[in-house]
Amino acid sequence: MSDDKQLNKTRRNLVIATCVAGGAASAAAAVPFAASWLPSERAKAGGAPVEADISKLEPGQIMTVEWRSKPVWIIRRTKEMLDSISSLESKVSDPGSDVPMQPEYAKNEFRSIKPEVLVLVGICSHLGCSPQSKPADAKTEMGADWVGGFLCPCHGSKFDLAGRVYKGAPAPVNLEVPKYTYLSDTRILIGDDKKGA
Amino acid sequence: MAAAEKPPVTGTGSIALDGLLTWVDQRFPLISTWKAHLAEYYAPKNFNFWYYFGSLAMLVLVIQIVTGIFLTMNYKPDANLAFASVEYIMREVPGGWIIRYMHSTGASAFFICIYLHMFRAMLYGSYRSPRELMWIFGVVIYLCLMAEAFFGYLLPWGQMSYWGAQVIINLFSAVPFIGPDLSLWIRGDYVISDATLNRFFALHVIAIPLLLLGLVMAHLLALHEVGSNNPDGIEIKKHKDANGVPLDGIAFHPYYTVKDILGVVVFMIVFVMIVFFAPEMGGYFLEYNNFVPADPLQTPAHIAPVWYFTPYYSILRAVPPLFNSQFPGVVAMGVSVMVLFLLPWLDRGAVKSIRYRGMHYKTALTAFVIVFLILGYLGTEPITVWGQFGPWLDNADRATVAARVCTLIYFLFFLLMPWYTKVDKTRPEPERVTP
Repeated sequence: MSDDKQLNKTRRNLVIATCVAGGAASAAAAVPFAASWLPSERAKAGGAPVEADISKLEPGQIMTVEWRSKPVWIIRRTKEMLDSISSLESKVSDPGSDVPMQPEYAKNEFRSIKPEVLVLVGICSHLGCSPQSKPADAKTEMGADWVGGFLCPCHGSKFDLAGRVYKGAPAPVNLEVPKYTYLSDTRILIGDDKKGA
Repeated sequence: MAAAEKPPVTGTGSIALDGLLTWVDQRFPLISTWKAHLAEYYAPKNFNFWYYFGSLAMLVLVIQIVTGIFLTMNYKPDANLAFASVEYIMREVPGGWIIRYMHSTGASAFFICIYLHMFRAMLYGSYRSPRELMWIFGVVIYLCLMAEAFFGYLLPWGQMSYWGAQVIINLFSAVPFIGPDLSLWIRGDYVISDATLNRFFALHVIAIPLLLLGLVMAHLLALHEVGSNNPDGIEIKKHKDANGVPLDGIAFHPYYTVKDILGVVVFMIVFVMIVFFAPEMGGYFLEYNNFVPADPLQTPAHIAPVWYFTPYYSILRAVPPLFNSQFPGVVAMGVSVMVLFLLPWLDRGAVKSIRYRGMHYKTALTAFVIVFLILGYLGTEPITVWGQFGPWLDNADRATVAARVCTLIYFLFFLLMPWYTKVDKTRPEPERVTP
């Protein structure tokens, strides 16, 4: 009788040990499958920094470059545009850019290294749609007090000309400012902030 | 040997066929399976209109699998080729357009059948004990179906495919801490790309369909273990004749196979009419923007999911961000589906069927259906569709406010269910099914 009990206990322990070993082996075997979903070397190479030439960008103009298949806007802002940003302090939800949606060197009033040149990822911080540019003269569509900025067509989030989100929009935070650096006065490297990287 | 103890098969009217079936039956549970699931599976005799949709859902599953197999013969899961290969199927493959439209219409038909099938369960309390596990299998099937539809929608690589997937995958970015890495892992790239398309193709054509087939099998086995519910919500197994056959039961075959064939005929008439004359269904079955190739740099002016996801999409949009995070909306959307799992335990009613429930449940279910439809409609439209309230409500979008009210009612239907089903003034159930 006691032998039986002993045997059963040994068996149970063996069953437990087999289950644990089998479970660990299965978990280990799952690793390459889960890892295969990570970005491949080719995808990572495709995510390398890109260079933009802004020598032909006139004041008030916007240009789009592609970085990691995302639109990156470069805007040369006029004096009026910069003034409009200063006037919106009370209407945007994060005027001081306290939520880290930009590198440290762009955490200032105009969210840029040089005040007149804004570099911005053109993807809404809500659900990833691409907002549309709505200049200051789009007042019929955007309302009489519109001073220029961006409107996300998906869920109606509004942003100012520094990519700061208006209060009450579905987007929770400002648009992202990517890492970037000036290679010269007219050339910007987007995606990296160490020179020549 | 056990096999030899089985009686030989007789009665086919052909000695050769009898012999063949006997040979098979001694090596395979042919006759016992036939009897257990068809000829001697006794279903209540009072099934009505609502009982068509289970078998129709199975029919649509078959349509999807067959048309799907033939679509893969010409489709190219490659970001550079996918859109053109679908156009090739539509324009140059003989019969390709009809196969493709059957598949796209089938997707919507699947959800129509499943929604009506689930509504039937809610009408007659089919999820109640002892059918909880069958209900759970059913909800898992529904989840798989949503995944299947979502993965499949990326494959044509149109604008709506691309941006719809972008929006849904970004939902995972809202998960605290691991969100951005999680969505990167799902995409396999920094944006929706060829890697995403390829894995979605694999999931759509093999992984999820395999799961679906297994789950449908489990759903049916669970059903045949406990027996079907019926519009009276009473158990027919309580009254059996001397042979153990329920007095109110009739054999599934031939009685319900014949009934279901009628359903199939009517369904197919409607189905082929849609396939031939309105495959896009005014932009609801196939969205117009999806006839434009995917462009990562250009978002369409209005992004809406296909109609079967819109109630949940409305719930997602209705919940405002909290602490700079849209996670609460994502959670609300997830919970709005997951709460279905709890239905068997939330319902404390003394009776199962709506026929014998009181005004509480009838009112609640009516309200639920109405808000589900309103949420579904709002999800297809921009939030500005109903204009804005005046300054007295901060110029809020009317549609957003409506969606918030509907979302609240949606959740209250489940949250208050233990209460209102318990206090409901029910009428006594009959002893036997009513004609």
